[in-house]
Amino acid sequence: MSIVFSGQAGQGLQTLEAITTKLFKRFGYHVFSYSEYMSRIRGGNNTTQVRVSSRRVASYTRRIDIFIPMQKDAMRRFHDRITHETVIIGDRAFIEERYLEGHYPVIEVPLTALARDAGGAVYGNTILLGLLSALFYVDRQLMEEELRTFFSSLEEQRLQKNLHAAEIGYEEGKKLLKPGQAAISIEHSEGVERELLMDGINAVGLGALAGGCTFVSSYPMSPSTGVLVFFTQKAGRSSVVVEQAEDEISAVNMAIGSWYAGGRALVTTSGGGFALMVEGVSLAGCMESPLVVHIGQRPGPATGLPTRTEQADLLFVLHSGHGEFPRAILAPGNIEQAFALTRHAFYLADKHQVPAFILTDQFLLESRYNIPELDTSKVYDQPFIVRTEKDYRRYTLTESGISPRGVPGFGAGRVRTDSDEHDEQGFITEDFGMRTAMVRKRLKKMDGLMEELLPPAFIGPEDYENIIVCWGSSYHPVIEAVEMLGRKDTAVLHFSQIYPLAPDIAGYLSRARKKIIAESNATSQFGRLITCETGMDFDLRILKFDGLPLMPEDIYDALNGQLL
Amino acid sequence: MASLYDFDHEIDIAWCRGCGNFRILASLKNTLSELELDPDTVVLVSGIGQAAKTPQYLDVHYFNGLHGRSLPAATAIKASNRGLTVIAESGDGDTYGEGGNHFIHAIRRNPGITNIVHNNMVYALTKGQASPTTRVGFVTPVQPQGVTEEAFNPLAVAVSLNAPFVARAYAGDEEQTSEILKKAITHKGYALVDIFQPCVTYNKVNTYQWYKENTYYLGEDYDPCDRPAAFAKALETGKYPLGVIYINDDRPAFEDTLDAYMHDTRPLYERTIDLDGIKRLMDSLRT
Repeated sequence: MSIVFSGQAGQGLQTLEAITTKLFKRFGYHVFSYSEYMSRIRGGNNTTQVRVSSRRVASYTRRIDIFIPMQKDAMRRFHDRITHETVIIGDRAFIEERYLEGHYPVIEVPLTALARDAGGAVYGNTILLGLLSALFYVDRQLMEEELRTFFSSLEEQRLQKNLHAAEIGYEEGKKLLKPGQAAISIEHSEGVERELLMDGINAVGLGALAGGCTFVSSYPMSPSTGVLVFFTQKAGRSSVVVEQAEDEISAVNMAIGSWYAGGRALVTTSGGGFALMVEGVSLAGCMESPLVVHIGQRPGPATGLPTRTEQADLLFVLHSGHGEFPRAILAPGNIEQAFALTRHAFYLADKHQVPAFILTDQFLLESRYNIPELDTSKVYDQPFIVRTEKDYRRYTLTESGISPRGVPGFGAGRVRTDSDEHDEQGFITEDFGMRTAMVRKRLKKMDGLMEELLPPAFIGPEDYENIIVCWGSSYHPVIEAVEMLGRKDTAVLHFSQIYPLAPDIAGYLSRARKKIIAESNATSQFGRLITCETGMDFDLRILKFDGLPLMPEDIYDALNGQLL
Repeated sequence: MASLYDFDHEIDIAWCRGCGNFRILASLKNTLSELELDPDTVVLVSGIGQAAKTPQYLDVHYFNGLHGRSLPAATAIKASNRGLTVIAESGDGDTYGEGGNHFIHAIRRNPGITNIVHNNMVYALTKGQASPTTRVGFVTPVQPQGVTEEAFNPLAVAVSLNAPFVARAYAGDEEQTSEILKKAITHKGYALVDIFQPCVTYNKVNTYQWYKENTYYLGEDYDPCDRPAAFAKALETGKYPLGVIYINDDRPAFEDTLDAYMHDTRPLYERTIDLDGIKRLMDSLRT
């Protein structure tokens, strides 16, 4: 079931999203939620989709089963998504005329008046929660318990009013459950109530902690700011140095400075902020400093659509930084991977002394759903730092290209690092032979990165006719689309590591008769990268770049009739 | 005079003969030796330019980063290991031009670092263009009609931002420069030492002789804790005052305000992953 709440900024949609998903999960339903919203503090029109299901759901769908208008104009942007099967619930005043002529299932509930009776407009959302609880057969006692937990910081009188408001809503909802009316039937799933309910932001933050992050410097920019806030709020009591820098240039130079002194630093930003950090990426390349950069993509160019989603910074990140040096780019496909790959990025960066990127997007960062567990068994607690001796050379030429990394104050050696070309000790040099040796040394680290490459995930039959390639957050929408199609001859190949790219990709592609790629950008950036690396082209490119997440229906429609 | 910070072998120095940088290097070595700091804990951080090469020429840890970006790196180094003595050293173009925004915000942030700026009022490594501190009328290949922009006044900016320590030195006077640097390095919080430095190749106006004639030392009776007076001194341009212009002991150093050190005083490199803390955070997402 897909429920969409449509209201304006400042109306409490976020609270409604949080409490609805928590309550439904507590009751044993699988839940997913995602909000699309405008770049403004008040007004406008924002919507939240909450999916409630008897199986795991993790993508944003075009389909809307219940639409709840909460303001005038709440429906204007949704005429193409409200169908004759969509049940519209709410105040008559918020329902557009065209839906009131008897061709659409409309359930009028005087939410505004009920809220007024319950003590004011602020109780509207709680009434709605009560109503939905009844519609979805959520136990009334459980609803009360959840409200008490959720509103535990409220004073008793306000809490009582909320409980009362929920009761009013619950009674209204029960009235709708008359025999003959369509009833909602979703099965409980055992154990769901104990699962984690989280978004990508928390996953990246927890992953960084699990990777040993001790320093975060960033400049706020949607949609990446949540990760910065994670460290000041959630991880506030932990041992992470967190600083809001004056600009992104400062942020990235702080991060590299921290790594030099023994910190394990993260910067979190979006494409526009990353544009300012690019010189710093090159600095990390030359200094052979580890660096972890999280980039929450949003649509560009320039300021673009600040609060929306896209996967259009892949080639920018791949080519960022002047000069030649190795790097690793990871693009998690879901929340579990956002955790695991952020942790992995710290490992790769530290071990190979390279910049490592985690490429997410607004959709992944702000999607919330329940997952069984995060695997915390993998801990990279190796000391990659060495105690230096008197004759220490920071850039000792080695077979692997990796030189033991010391930090100032730990040992008797001098740690000299330079953005100029340097010799083994770190002193500036213009010796052509040394220059050549240092370039080779830096590039040699690519071999080590290749050895630790994360293979793509292959989902589907071994003898496939069609293959759909995707990367990053397109994972779940593509999987769900293939399930909708019900095809037994179609496989999905998902990449969570973008660079270095898995060398066996050509094998996967050559076995398919039809090669398809799906990604959220206008020029098929990953497709072009694959073509560049393998010489193989795609037969069909499914591209989305309107600012909304790739939906299963987008892929379903594009594939319908196109598959062999 | 040999010091702990000398190399035991010959080094090739990229500065012009007679450059004021030599005098500043000598003063700095002298200062560090006299302070008797553990050389294993002294870190120099620099940007790009001739002044920014200073760390190459004494036996210290160094981070020679990007043009204009020494202060963010120095701030983070201090914040990652509070036991280090961190000195950010660069030129006027690097610190006040390319790094102008960082200069302002480093003073606001107040890390416990010393910021030494070799101020020769010209871009030397790029062959003689105007710098932010070049005085009006100075003719260069890029400003052939003479500079028209108002010269940047780093001391006035630093006093206006309530920097804990603001001083000006003259490279030609090694003894006084050393004394000022000593005070700066031992002062708590951010310390700015702007050092007038003759450029013998690209600045034929502001010469050793010119600096001698156009500067004077603040007297014993001058009170650097008086902020309005300090501001007035910082604005003087007829003859430039030398010495400690402003001192303010009221501001906590950035690294001492960080939550990360409230319950754990170890430098970051000694810390390990707190898996229990991560599991507690995960549990908070179950309900």
